Amino acid sequence: MPAEMKQTQGLRLWAVLFWLCVWQLGSMALGSELLLVSPLRVLQRLGQLAMTEPFWQSVSFSLMHIAGGFLLAMCAGVVLAALSARFRAVRELLAPAMLTVKTVPVASFIILALIWFSTKTLAVFISFLMVLPVIYTGTLGGICAADRQLLEMAQVFAVPLGRRLRCVYLPQVMPQFRAACTVALGLCWKAGVAAEVIGMPRGSVGERLQQAKVYLNTPDLFAWTLTVVLLSLMFERLFLALLRALSARLERV
Amino acid sequence: MQDIVIENLSKAYDGRPVLQALSLTFPAGQTTAVMAPSGWGKTTLLRILMGLEAPDSGTVRGLAGLRISAVFQEDRLCLQLDAADNVRLVTPGLTRAQAQQALDAVGLQSCAGQPVRELSGGQRRRTAIARALLARWDVLFLDEPFRGLDADTRRLVLDDTRRRCVGRTVILVTHDETEAAAMAACSVLRLGTGVDTQNH
Repeated sequence: MPAEMKQTQGLRLWAVLFWLCVWQLGSMALGSELLLVSPLRVLQRLGQLAMTEPFWQSVSFSLMHIAGGFLLAMCAGVVLAALSARFRAVRELLAPAMLTVKTVPVASFIILALIWFSTKTLAVFISFLMVLPVIYTGTLGGICAADRQLLEMAQVFAVPLGRRLRCVYLPQVMPQFRAACTVALGLCWKAGVAAEVIGMPRGSVGERLQQAKVYLNTPDLFAWTLTVVLLSLMFERLFLALLRALSARLERV
Repeated sequence: MQDIVIENLSKAYDGRPVLQALSLTFPAGQTTAVMAPSGWGKTTLLRILMGLEAPDSGTVRGLAGLRISAVFQEDRLCLQLDAADNVRLVTPGLTRAQAQQALDAVGLQSCAGQPVRELSGGQRRRTAIARALLARWDVLFLDEPFRGLDADTRRLVLDDTRRRCVGRTVILVTHDETEAAAMAACSVLRLGTGVDTQNH
């Protein structure tokens, strides 16, 4: 690991510890668990929840739906970006749709989705909608910015399409695609859980958060929030690591 | 194999003519050197022959169905691949050992497994040359291929290139008379000097 990266991670840990201390001190100063629960109490509550089966059922439910929406949007975004790069008409056709999805408030989509679909598939749909324009825009940008000289070289040598995609396009598109995925991974969890909170599909993390709010159960609220943060971080790390490994494997001749 | 025949070829960029009613013949199975002052349109001519640009008018005959290989003015290598894989990229079925041999021949014995981004300018140039020579081709286009190589390396690479080009159709663009002579060009086209000439 490069020294600079190690240093960044060290600083991050230091900063996290600092803010945890601020949180703990703030909680002690207020002296009310209802207003601001302490980080230690949150960890304790999370530990208790993690020992129960419903906790893992909720985590699995939300993970499957939100990650499912993300993966579907990723596939659709890549295919649509490839088509848009190849056919100008497709790009022009999709531009208003992508702009609409990017600008319409997520709450509007959630309410519409509640009318159209069952609450079970709500998180899949919302996660899909939030991720699609990000992946589409990033991938299209990467394809359009591909080095024209390398593409000409591949054309002159009649490099087979598979090799051209893997060795010429992929390395050039991947940085932008990876950046788009990083942004989208955070977005899909935020929007997906928000959708669950509003739609309250039975057995989801969002439903647990809503219940914690209704009963003014601040430790549960924080514990479930921490769960979402951890899920989001772990999913992001795992996904990006898999993506790195896959691209390294594919980019070989 | 047929000669490559160009008739009345014209090309302009933004109304500025680069090639005007050019007619030439590149004999099959021979090396032809094209020599002309800078800005005359030599690279444009090669780009049209390689199918990368369409002429505004005129025709090119004799290239249909032929496999093309090229050394461009720029190296045009995939930086994430090593030298051997850059050579293999354009020639499916080529083994690493064959690529290594081609790289050895241009003096890159120890560079085959090195990522191209770590190679020097001269090493990259030689990788591009090895890639073009080892590809399966019927016509080879060389656009100032030996630029940036030192005298000893240039001699080594020229020898290898000439050896691999004997009896094959090669179009070499160069400013250098000695390069044209060293490549044993059977035909030298001197263009843009007022009167275009074709010496055999």
